[in-house]
Amino acid sequence: RINMATRRSNTNTCGQSDTYSVLLPTYNERENLPLIVWLLVKYFGESGYNYEIIVIDDGSPDGTLQVAEQLQKIYGEDKILLRPRAQKLGLGTAYIHGIKHASGNYVIIMDADLSHHPKFIPQFIEKQKAGGYDLVSGTRYRGDGGVYGWDLRRKLISRGANFITQVLLRPGASDLTGSFRLYKKEVLEKLVEQCVSKGYVFQMEMIVRARQLGYTVGEVPISFVDRVYGESKLGGNEIVSFLKGLLTLFATT
Amino acid sequence: MADTPVSSTTLCTMTKLLEWLLGVSVIGIAWGLVTFDLLDLHVPSQYKELAWPMPVYLLVVFGCYSLATVGYRVATFNDCEDAARELQTQIKEAKVDLQKLGLKM
Repeated sequence: RINMATRRSNTNTCGQSDTYSVLLPTYNERENLPLIVWLLVKYFGESGYNYEIIVIDDGSPDGTLQVAEQLQKIYGEDKILLRPRAQKLGLGTAYIHGIKHASGNYVIIMDADLSHHPKFIPQFIEKQKAGGYDLVSGTRYRGDGGVYGWDLRRKLISRGANFITQVLLRPGASDLTGSFRLYKKEVLEKLVEQCVSKGYVFQMEMIVRARQLGYTVGEVPISFVDRVYGESKLGGNEIVSFLKGLLTLFATT
Repeated sequence: MADTPVSSTTLCTMTKLLEWLLGVSVIGIAWGLVTFDLLDLHVPSQYKELAWPMPVYLLVVFGCYSLATVGYRVATFNDCEDAARELQTQIKEAKVDLQKLGLKM
Protein backbone atom coordinates (compact mmCIF):
# COMPACT_ATOMS: atom_id res chain seq x y z
CA ARG A 1 0.00 0.00 0.00
CA ILE A 2 2.99 2.29 -0.32
CA ASN A 3 2.24 4.95 -2.92
CA MET A 4 4.01 8.13 -3.94
CA ALA A 5 2.01 10.21 -1.47
CA THR A 6 3.29 8.12 1.44
CA ARG A 7 6.87 8.39 0.22
CA ARG A 8 6.54 12.16 -0.17
CA SER A 9 5.19 12.52 3.36
CA ASN A 10 8.45 11.12 4.68
CA THR A 11 10.15 14.44 4.13
CA ASN A 12 9.39 17.52 6.19
CA THR A 13 9.27 21.07 4.87
CA CYS A 14 13.06 21.38 4.96
CA GLY A 15 13.30 18.42 2.62
CA GLN A 16 14.99 16.26 5.27
CA SER A 17 13.68 12.81 6.04
CA ASP A 18 11.84 12.07 9.23
CA THR A 19 13.53 9.28 11.12
CA TYR A 20 11.93 7.40 13.99
CA SER A 21 14.12 6.07 16.79
CA VAL A 22 12.47 3.30 18.80
CA LEU A 23 13.78 3.03 22.35
CA LEU A 24 13.54 -0.49 23.79
CA PRO A 25 14.62 -0.69 27.41
CA THR A 26 15.02 -4.39 28.18
CA TYR A 27 15.52 -6.50 31.26
CA ASN A 28 15.37 -10.30 30.85
CA GLU A 29 13.65 -10.20 27.48
CA ARG A 30 15.70 -12.91 25.79
CA GLU A 31 12.59 -14.56 24.33
CA ASN A 32 10.57 -11.47 23.47
CA LEU A 33 13.30 -9.28 22.01
CA PRO A 34 13.66 -11.12 18.67
CA LEU A 35 9.89 -11.14 18.28
CA ILE A 36 9.40 -7.45 18.95
CA VAL A 37 12.29 -6.59 16.63
CA TRP A 38 10.83 -8.81 13.89
CA LEU A 39 7.46 -7.05 14.23
CA LEU A 40 9.09 -3.60 14.19
CA VAL A 41 11.08 -4.45 11.08
CA LYS A 42 7.92 -5.82 9.43
CA TYR A 43 5.71 -2.80 10.07
CA PHE A 44 8.35 -0.14 9.46
CA GLY A 45 9.38 -1.95 6.31
CA GLU A 46 5.80 -2.01 5.03
CA SER A 47 5.23 1.64 5.88
CA GLY A 48 8.44 2.93 4.31
CA TYR A 49 9.37 5.24 7.16
CA ASN A 50 13.03 5.58 8.19
CA TYR A 51 13.75 3.99 11.54
CA GLU A 52 16.28 2.64 13.97
CA ILE A 53 15.83 0.45 17.04
CA ILE A 54 17.90 1.26 20.12
CA VAL A 55 18.11 -1.62 22.60
CA ILE A 56 18.97 -0.46 26.09
CA ASP A 57 19.67 -3.58 28.08
CA ASP A 58 20.28 -3.19 31.80
CA GLY A 59 22.71 -6.04 32.30
CA SER A 60 20.12 -8.80 31.92
CA PRO A 61 21.40 -12.04 33.43
CA ASP A 62 19.43 -14.16 30.94
CA GLY A 63 21.54 -13.28 27.90
CA THR A 64 19.26 -10.66 26.32
CA LEU A 65 22.30 -8.74 25.11
CA GLN A 66 23.69 -11.77 23.25
CA VAL A 67 20.36 -12.20 21.48
CA ALA A 68 20.43 -8.48 20.63
CA GLU A 69 23.89 -8.92 19.10
CA GLN A 70 22.60 -11.72 16.88
CA LEU A 71 19.71 -9.51 15.77
CA GLN A 72 22.19 -6.80 14.94
CA LYS A 73 24.05 -9.20 12.63
CA ILE A 74 20.79 -10.20 10.96
CA TYR A 75 19.24 -6.76 10.47
CA GLY A 76 22.29 -4.52 10.34
CA GLU A 77 24.05 -2.18 12.72
CA ASP A 78 22.33 0.82 11.14
CA LYS A 79 18.93 -0.54 12.12
CA ILE A 80 19.68 -2.17 15.48
CA LEU A 81 21.76 -0.12 17.89
CA LEU A 82 22.92 -1.60 21.17
CA ARG A 83 23.45 0.77 24.04
CA PRO A 84 23.54 -1.45 27.13
CA ARG A 85 24.05 -0.43 30.72
CA ALA A 86 25.73 -2.33 33.51
CA GLN A 87 22.77 -2.72 35.83
CA LYS A 88 19.07 -2.11 36.26
CA LEU A 89 18.64 1.66 36.40
CA GLY A 90 15.41 3.61 36.04
CA LEU A 91 13.26 4.13 32.97
CA GLY A 92 13.87 7.88 32.95
CA THR A 93 17.63 7.41 32.73
CA ALA A 94 17.10 4.74 30.05
CA TYR A 95 15.27 7.32 27.95
CA ILE A 96 17.99 9.92 28.50
CA HIS A 97 20.64 7.36 27.57
CA GLY A 98 18.68 6.27 24.51
CA ILE A 99 18.02 9.81 23.27
CA LYS A 100 21.75 10.60 23.35
CA HIS A 101 22.32 7.89 20.77
CA ALA A 102 19.20 8.48 18.72
CA SER A 103 19.75 9.91 15.27
CA GLY A 104 16.04 10.32 14.58
CA ASN A 105 14.00 13.48 15.00
CA TYR A 106 11.18 11.45 16.54
CA VAL A 107 11.41 8.97 19.39
CA ILE A 108 9.02 6.10 20.07
CA ILE A 109 8.91 4.56 23.50
CA MET A 110 7.29 1.21 24.13
CA ASP A 111 7.50 -1.97 26.18
CA ALA A 112 9.62 -4.82 24.86
CA ASP A 113 7.40 -7.59 26.24
CA LEU A 114 4.95 -7.67 23.31
CA SER A 115 2.18 -5.93 25.25
CA HIS A 116 2.57 -3.05 22.78
CA HIS A 117 2.14 -3.99 19.12
CA PRO A 118 4.26 -2.24 16.45
CA LYS A 119 1.30 -2.26 14.06
CA PHE A 120 0.11 0.91 15.80
CA ILE A 121 3.31 2.82 15.07
CA PRO A 122 2.31 3.86 11.52
CA GLN A 123 -0.97 5.10 13.04
CA PHE A 124 0.97 7.14 15.62
CA ILE A 125 3.09 8.61 12.84
CA GLU A 126 0.11 9.51 10.69
CA LYS A 127 -1.72 11.05 13.66
CA GLN A 128 1.34 13.13 14.48
CA LYS A 129 1.64 14.36 10.91
CA ALA A 130 -2.08 15.10 10.65
CA GLY A 131 -2.21 17.24 13.80
CA GLY A 132 1.40 18.36 14.14
CA TYR A 133 1.35 16.99 17.68
CA ASP A 134 4.34 17.25 19.97
CA LEU A 135 3.48 13.86 21.34
CA VAL A 136 1.08 11.05 20.47
CA SER A 137 -0.04 8.69 23.21
CA GLY A 138 -1.53 5.22 22.82
CA THR A 139 -4.77 4.92 24.80
CA ARG A 140 -6.43 1.77 26.09
CA TYR A 141 -9.47 3.65 27.32
CA ARG A 142 -10.97 5.30 24.24
CA GLY A 143 -12.23 4.34 20.82
CA ASP A 144 -11.47 0.71 20.09
CA GLY A 145 -8.54 0.68 22.47
CA GLY A 146 -8.60 -2.08 25.08
CA VAL A 147 -6.74 -4.83 26.87
CA TYR A 148 -6.43 -8.59 26.79
CA GLY A 149 -5.68 -10.77 29.79
CA TRP A 150 -7.08 -8.66 32.61
CA ASP A 151 -9.62 -9.96 35.08
CA LEU A 152 -12.40 -7.88 36.63
CA ARG A 153 -10.24 -6.84 39.59
CA ARG A 154 -7.49 -5.50 37.38
CA LYS A 155 -9.93 -3.64 35.13
CA LEU A 156 -11.66 -2.12 38.15
CA ILE A 157 -8.37 -0.91 39.62
CA SER A 158 -7.29 0.47 36.27
CA ARG A 159 -10.49 2.38 35.55
CA GLY A 160 -10.83 3.50 39.17
CA ALA A 161 -7.29 4.87 39.27
CA ASN A 162 -7.77 6.57 35.90
CA PHE A 163 -11.03 8.16 37.10
CA ILE A 164 -9.39 9.59 40.23
CA THR A 165 -6.53 10.87 38.08
CA GLN A 166 -8.92 12.56 35.65
CA VAL A 167 -10.84 14.25 38.48
CA LEU A 168 -7.75 15.48 40.28
CA LEU A 169 -5.46 16.39 37.39
CA ARG A 170 -7.85 17.06 34.45
CA PRO A 171 -4.95 16.19 32.15
CA GLY A 172 -6.65 16.33 28.76
CA ALA A 173 -5.51 12.80 27.89
CA SER A 174 -7.44 9.60 28.53
CA ASP A 175 -4.59 7.19 29.29
CA LEU A 176 -1.90 8.60 31.53
CA THR A 177 -0.08 5.51 32.72
CA GLY A 178 0.41 4.11 29.25
CA SER A 179 3.97 3.87 27.97
CA PHE A 180 3.44 3.46 24.23
CA ARG A 181 4.12 6.90 22.84
CA LEU A 182 5.67 8.90 20.02
CA TYR A 183 7.50 12.09 20.95
CA LYS A 184 9.33 14.75 18.98
CA LYS A 185 12.88 14.21 20.16
CA GLU A 186 13.37 17.67 21.65
CA VAL A 187 10.06 17.39 23.51
CA LEU A 188 11.06 14.07 25.11
CA GLU A 189 14.43 15.53 26.08
CA LYS A 190 12.80 18.52 27.74
CA LEU A 191 10.22 16.44 29.61
CA VAL A 192 12.57 13.74 30.92
CA GLU A 193 14.79 16.46 32.32
CA GLN A 194 11.85 17.83 34.34
CA CYS A 195 10.19 14.67 35.62
CA VAL A 196 11.10 13.27 38.99
CA SER A 197 8.61 10.44 39.64
CA LYS A 198 9.10 6.72 39.23
CA GLY A 199 7.08 3.86 37.78
CA TYR A 200 3.50 4.47 36.62
CA VAL A 201 3.59 8.00 37.97
CA PHE A 202 6.58 8.87 35.76
CA GLN A 203 4.49 8.32 32.63
CA MET A 204 1.67 10.38 34.15
CA GLU A 205 4.04 13.18 35.04
CA MET A 206 5.35 13.29 31.46
CA ILE A 207 1.90 14.06 30.09
CA VAL A 208 0.97 16.49 32.86
CA ARG A 209 4.21 18.45 32.36
CA ALA A 210 3.77 18.32 28.60
CA ARG A 211 0.42 20.05 28.98
CA GLN A 212 1.92 22.56 31.42
CA LEU A 213 4.62 23.45 28.92
CA GLY A 214 2.01 23.96 26.23
CA TYR A 215 2.83 20.87 24.16
CA THR A 216 0.02 19.30 22.15
CA VAL A 217 -0.99 15.69 22.79
CA GLY A 218 -2.72 13.43 20.27
CA GLU A 219 -4.19 10.00 21.00
CA VAL A 220 -4.46 6.73 19.12
CA PRO A 221 -6.46 3.77 20.49
CA ILE A 222 -4.26 0.72 21.05
CA SER A 223 -4.73 -2.83 22.21
CA PHE A 224 -2.63 -3.89 25.17
CA VAL A 225 -2.01 -7.65 25.35
CA ASP A 226 -0.90 -8.46 28.85
CA ARG A 227 0.93 -11.79 29.00
CA VAL A 228 2.71 -10.95 32.22
CA TYR A 229 -0.26 -10.19 34.46
CA GLY A 230 -0.71 -13.78 35.61
CA GLU A 231 2.77 -13.74 37.13
CA SER A 232 2.79 -10.31 38.70
CA LYS A 233 -0.50 -9.23 40.19
CA LEU A 234 -1.03 -5.59 41.00
CA GLY A 235 -0.53 -5.56 44.77
CA GLY A 236 -1.33 -3.19 47.61
CA ASN A 237 2.16 -1.71 47.58
CA GLU A 238 1.90 -0.57 43.98
CA ILE A 239 -1.54 0.92 44.59
CA VAL A 240 -0.29 2.86 47.61
CA SER A 241 2.76 4.21 45.79
CA PHE A 242 0.54 5.16 42.83
CA LEU A 243 -1.76 7.15 45.10
CA LYS A 244 1.19 8.84 46.79
CA GLY A 245 2.63 9.78 43.42
CA LEU A 246 -0.74 11.05 42.21
CA LEU A 247 -1.21 13.24 45.28
CA THR A 248 2.31 14.61 44.83
CA LEU A 249 1.50 15.56 41.23
CA PHE A 250 -1.80 17.06 42.42
CA ALA A 251 0.00 19.27 44.91
CA THR A 252 2.96 20.25 42.76
CA THR A 253 1.66 20.75 39.21
CA MET B 1 3.61 32.32 24.27
CA ALA B 2 1.08 35.04 23.35
CA ASP B 3 0.49 37.84 25.82
CA THR B 4 -1.88 36.70 28.53
CA PRO B 5 -3.57 38.93 31.07
CA VAL B 6 -1.98 38.74 34.51
CA SER B 7 -4.98 37.03 36.15
CA SER B 8 -5.02 34.08 33.76
CA THR B 9 -1.25 33.75 34.02
CA THR B 10 -1.68 33.44 37.78
CA LEU B 11 -4.32 30.75 37.28
CA CYS B 12 -2.10 28.93 34.79
CA THR B 13 0.66 28.63 37.34
CA MET B 14 -1.60 27.53 40.20
CA THR B 15 -1.28 23.91 41.16
CA LYS B 16 -4.34 21.69 40.88
CA LEU B 17 -4.48 21.59 44.67
CA LEU B 18 -4.69 25.37 44.86
CA GLU B 19 -7.34 25.45 42.14
CA TRP B 20 -9.43 23.00 44.13
CA LEU B 21 -8.97 24.91 47.38
CA LEU B 22 -9.98 28.11 45.62
CA GLY B 23 -13.04 26.48 44.09
CA VAL B 24 -14.09 24.87 47.37
CA SER B 25 -13.59 28.16 49.25
CA VAL B 26 -15.72 30.11 46.80
CA ILE B 27 -18.53 27.56 46.99
CA GLY B 28 -18.14 27.31 50.77
CA ILE B 29 -18.40 31.06 51.23
CA ALA B 30 -21.42 31.29 48.95
CA TRP B 31 -23.08 28.45 50.86
CA GLY B 32 -22.28 30.06 54.22
CA LEU B 33 -23.63 33.44 53.08
CA VAL B 34 -26.95 32.00 51.98
CA THR B 35 -27.50 29.42 54.72
CA PHE B 36 -26.53 31.59 57.66
CA ASP B 37 -27.50 34.91 56.14
CA LEU B 38 -24.08 36.28 57.04
CA LEU B 39 -24.48 39.58 55.22
CA ASP B 40 -27.95 40.21 56.57
CA LEU B 41 -29.38 39.98 53.07
CA HIS B 42 -32.70 38.75 54.49
CA VAL B 43 -32.55 35.65 52.30
CA PRO B 44 -36.00 34.02 52.13
CA SER B 45 -36.18 30.95 54.37
CA GLN B 46 -36.92 28.56 51.50
CA TYR B 47 -33.53 29.41 49.93
CA LYS B 48 -31.87 28.82 53.29
CA GLU B 49 -33.58 25.45 53.62
CA LEU B 50 -32.52 24.54 50.10
CA ALA B 51 -28.92 25.64 50.57
CA TRP B 52 -28.29 24.05 53.97
CA PRO B 53 -28.04 20.38 52.90
CA MET B 54 -26.44 21.18 49.51
CA PRO B 55 -22.87 20.15 50.39
CA VAL B 56 -24.00 16.69 51.46
CA TYR B 57 -26.30 16.38 48.43
CA LEU B 58 -23.48 17.36 46.09
CA LEU B 59 -21.12 14.85 47.66
CA VAL B 60 -23.70 12.09 47.34
CA VAL B 61 -24.41 13.04 43.73
CA PHE B 62 -20.69 13.05 42.97
CA GLY B 63 -20.30 9.67 44.69
CA CYS B 64 -23.12 8.15 42.62
CA TYR B 65 -21.74 9.68 39.43
CA SER B 66 -18.29 8.25 40.18
CA LEU B 67 -19.62 4.75 40.84
CA ALA B 68 -21.80 4.83 37.75
CA THR B 69 -18.99 6.14 35.52
CA VAL B 70 -16.36 3.68 36.73
CA GLY B 71 -18.91 0.84 36.60
CA TYR B 72 -19.86 1.72 33.03
CA ARG B 73 -16.23 2.02 31.96
CA VAL B 74 -15.30 -1.35 33.49
CA ALA B 75 -18.30 -2.99 31.83
CA THR B 76 -17.43 -1.54 28.43
CA PHE B 77 -13.67 -2.06 28.70
CA ASN B 78 -12.78 -3.64 25.35
CA ASP B 79 -11.39 -7.17 25.48
CA CYS B 80 -8.94 -7.50 22.65
CA GLU B 81 -9.39 -11.17 21.80
CA ASP B 82 -8.54 -10.61 18.14
CA ALA B 83 -5.35 -8.78 19.03
CA ALA B 84 -4.22 -11.64 21.24
CA ARG B 85 -4.95 -14.22 18.52
CA GLU B 86 -3.18 -12.14 15.90
CA LEU B 87 -0.16 -11.82 18.16
CA GLN B 88 0.02 -15.60 18.69
CA THR B 89 -0.09 -16.17 14.94
CA GLN B 90 2.58 -13.57 14.31
CA ILE B 91 4.82 -15.01 17.04
CA LYS B 92 4.77 -18.39 15.29
CA GLU B 93 5.51 -16.73 11.95
CA ALA B 94 8.33 -14.69 13.49
CA LYS B 95 9.99 -17.70 15.09
CA VAL B 96 10.06 -19.58 11.79
CA ASP B 97 11.38 -16.57 9.92
CA LEU B 98 14.04 -15.76 12.51
CA GLN B 99 15.32 -19.31 12.45
CA LYS B 100 15.66 -19.03 8.67
CA LEU B 101 17.57 -15.79 9.11
CA GLY B 102 20.00 -17.57 11.42
CA LEU B 103 18.85 -16.71 14.92
CA LYS B 104 19.84 -19.26 17.52
CA MET B 105 17.46 -19.22 20.48
